[in-house]
Amino acid sequence: MDMLRFATAGSVDDGKSTLIGRLLYDSKSIFEDQLESVEATSKGRGDEYTDLSLLTDGLRAEREQGITIDVAYRYFATPKRKFIIADTPGHAQYTRNMVTGASTADLAIVLVDARKGVLEQSRRHATIASLLRVPHIVLAVNKMDLVDWSQEVFESIREEFFAFASKLNITDMTAIPLSALAGDNVVNRSENMPWYEGTSLLHHLENVYIASDRNLQDVRFPVQYVIRPQQNARRDYRGYAGQVASGVIKVGDEVLVLPSGLSSKVVGIDTADGPLDEAFPPMSVTLRLADELDISRGDVICRKGNHPDISQDIEAMVCWMDDAPLRVGQKLSVLHTTRSARAVIRKVTYELNVNTLHRDELTNELGLNAVGRISLRTTTPLVADEYSRNRTTGAFVLIDESTNRTVGAGTVIGST
Amino acid sequence: MTSPTQYQLTQLQLLEAESIHIIREVVAQMEKPALLFSGGKDSIVLLHLAMKAFYPARVPFPIVHVDTGHNFPEVLEYRDSIVEKHGLQLVVGSVQEAIDRGEVREEPNGSRNRIQTPVLLDTIEKNGFDACMGGARRDEEKARAKERVFSFRDEFGQWDPKNQRPELWNLYNGRVHPGESIRVFPLSNWTELDIWQYIAEYDVEIPSIYYAHDRDVFERNGMLFAANEFCRPKEGEVVETRKVRYRTVGDATLTAAVASDADTVELVIEEVAATRVTERGATRGDDRVSEAAMEDRKKQGYF
Repeated sequence: MDMLRFATAGSVDDGKSTLIGRLLYDSKSIFEDQLESVEATSKGRGDEYTDLSLLTDGLRAEREQGITIDVAYRYFATPKRKFIIADTPGHAQYTRNMVTGASTADLAIVLVDARKGVLEQSRRHATIASLLRVPHIVLAVNKMDLVDWSQEVFESIREEFFAFASKLNITDMTAIPLSALAGDNVVNRSENMPWYEGTSLLHHLENVYIASDRNLQDVRFPVQYVIRPQQNARRDYRGYAGQVASGVIKVGDEVLVLPSGLSSKVVGIDTADGPLDEAFPPMSVTLRLADELDISRGDVICRKGNHPDISQDIEAMVCWMDDAPLRVGQKLSVLHTTRSARAVIRKVTYELNVNTLHRDELTNELGLNAVGRISLRTTTPLVADEYSRNRTTGAFVLIDESTNRTVGAGTVIGST
Repeated sequence: MTSPTQYQLTQLQLLEAESIHIIREVVAQMEKPALLFSGGKDSIVLLHLAMKAFYPARVPFPIVHVDTGHNFPEVLEYRDSIVEKHGLQLVVGSVQEAIDRGEVREEPNGSRNRIQTPVLLDTIEKNGFDACMGGARRDEEKARAKERVFSFRDEFGQWDPKNQRPELWNLYNGRVHPGESIRVFPLSNWTELDIWQYIAEYDVEIPSIYYAHDRDVFERNGMLFAANEFCRPKEGEVVETRKVRYRTVGDATLTAAVASDADTVELVIEEVAATRVTERGATRGDDRVSEAAMEDRKKQGYF
């Protein structure tokens, strides 16, 4: 069994909670005591029907105010796959939560109300999914029962959405008409829409092909920790522990260690379950090299002839996540793979309007939830790839050095 | 050219790789980490992963047991044997000693659940731990569903759910000022079924009380409690010998058993796959107090 991580964004009105509730309920992932507790709370508030959003709204403040304020993670499994849902609120003021949910997602569901069509927030969700390079997008046109299961309504929404999405970098898009409340096309194919020839949402989630989304070409192994057992029997053991970011590493490979540029050869790939001949993403392993080199946390092991850029000047898209705006001249910490550096913001090139894709080039700062392009210079070189090529070695977060808070998320566009 | 289908991991391998990455981040980033060990199956799997993460070196941090004094003997035996076998460092935070010193007081009903938290915070402070890993999972409880993998705690050990650090990709922010700390949950994305499947797949040894056995129990609030020195039946509660097993292991006065014939890991997996009640709902008196019982305890510093 493999695993699919997907993100959903939206508000209660879109029927997102109903959709998730139905996926959980129909896959028997909601337990009786959870349902009873939700029913009791719903009844106590005088709701007319059981409010399934109570299942996902886990914090007291959320339940009291009837809003979702944070990313909630939900789990369900079918005999085919295990699923992790990153469930995020959809309003503009929660862009940062959507970015968080999309950062690890293999697939994003953009939910549209069939009566309302493509709205500003649908475009925002698509833009964010594309910026974070979520490989698969599903346009779920919900509440089809309220438009008489109309093929024309569905197709016009699909066309409008696909026209917008064609301006973005989205590789795989699927549109599914459904009714989360009635269950049409959620788990089983709908009998109310014989004109629809595709599969149900769950069938799509179970079968969407994700194996080729991983980068198996470019060997990238950020060293996380150096293992030295300090035991007499293993006095000379020196292993470089880490998680394979991309590529297939084999014993015998000639490798290059960056940023030092020293080279060596892989002589062992160790795990507690025994040695391996090769390792691939996202395995956590320990590499041994033929030569005793000075290698430490933050270094990247790669193949000769195929290596990331080493640079102190980074061009990136960032989503700003803090109340105080990002400003030119601001100093921050950067956490990139297993390396930390300090950085100064050199330039805010533009702010991107995530609803219209308009670029505002007159700004000098980015406020909370703003997305824009920046230039930054780091104290030590980063060993980075473009995010479009590598979702691990192209990603970083920004940390405020005085509060220690994570204040921004960045994706590398290039370096100079 | 490599074919992607030949390089696929199962869900257990993916979860294991993620957890090992998280555990290594803790050791690489933090000054003085520790692993909270209850003797329950989740903390056992966590410890198992920690040993794998640093192989062939030893686990480079101590394990901490907050001992309520209300233990299942099988669990204490298990703890001591695993410490011995793997040469681990064990730190015990004793609730009984804190009671004897007058620092905390039992609740009128004899429960030591609430007073675990100050003992835990005290143990963290005295030892100067800046990171404590725990085996909590997000599928356990809905307040946990929103908690970060690296969960920041202020100098009072408190969790502020509305003010959490954003957490993206596999980049974890472990920065703290002196006195502050991070609770880390490497098993965040595991479900109860994943844990059991992992125990089966990798032959992880767990205390015998997780498998069906005969025990003298009585029914209270629809749950089956063991009759023992910590937990005696009240009037009208009838003790009888039944075949039971535990789904969670915690304070012996609070943790209930479930009727079960599952005496092998395979049978337990079948049972867990078919069950319709969450493990905390079925077996934990402590989470039944209110809709937000867990959130409230977590805010105070409970792990």
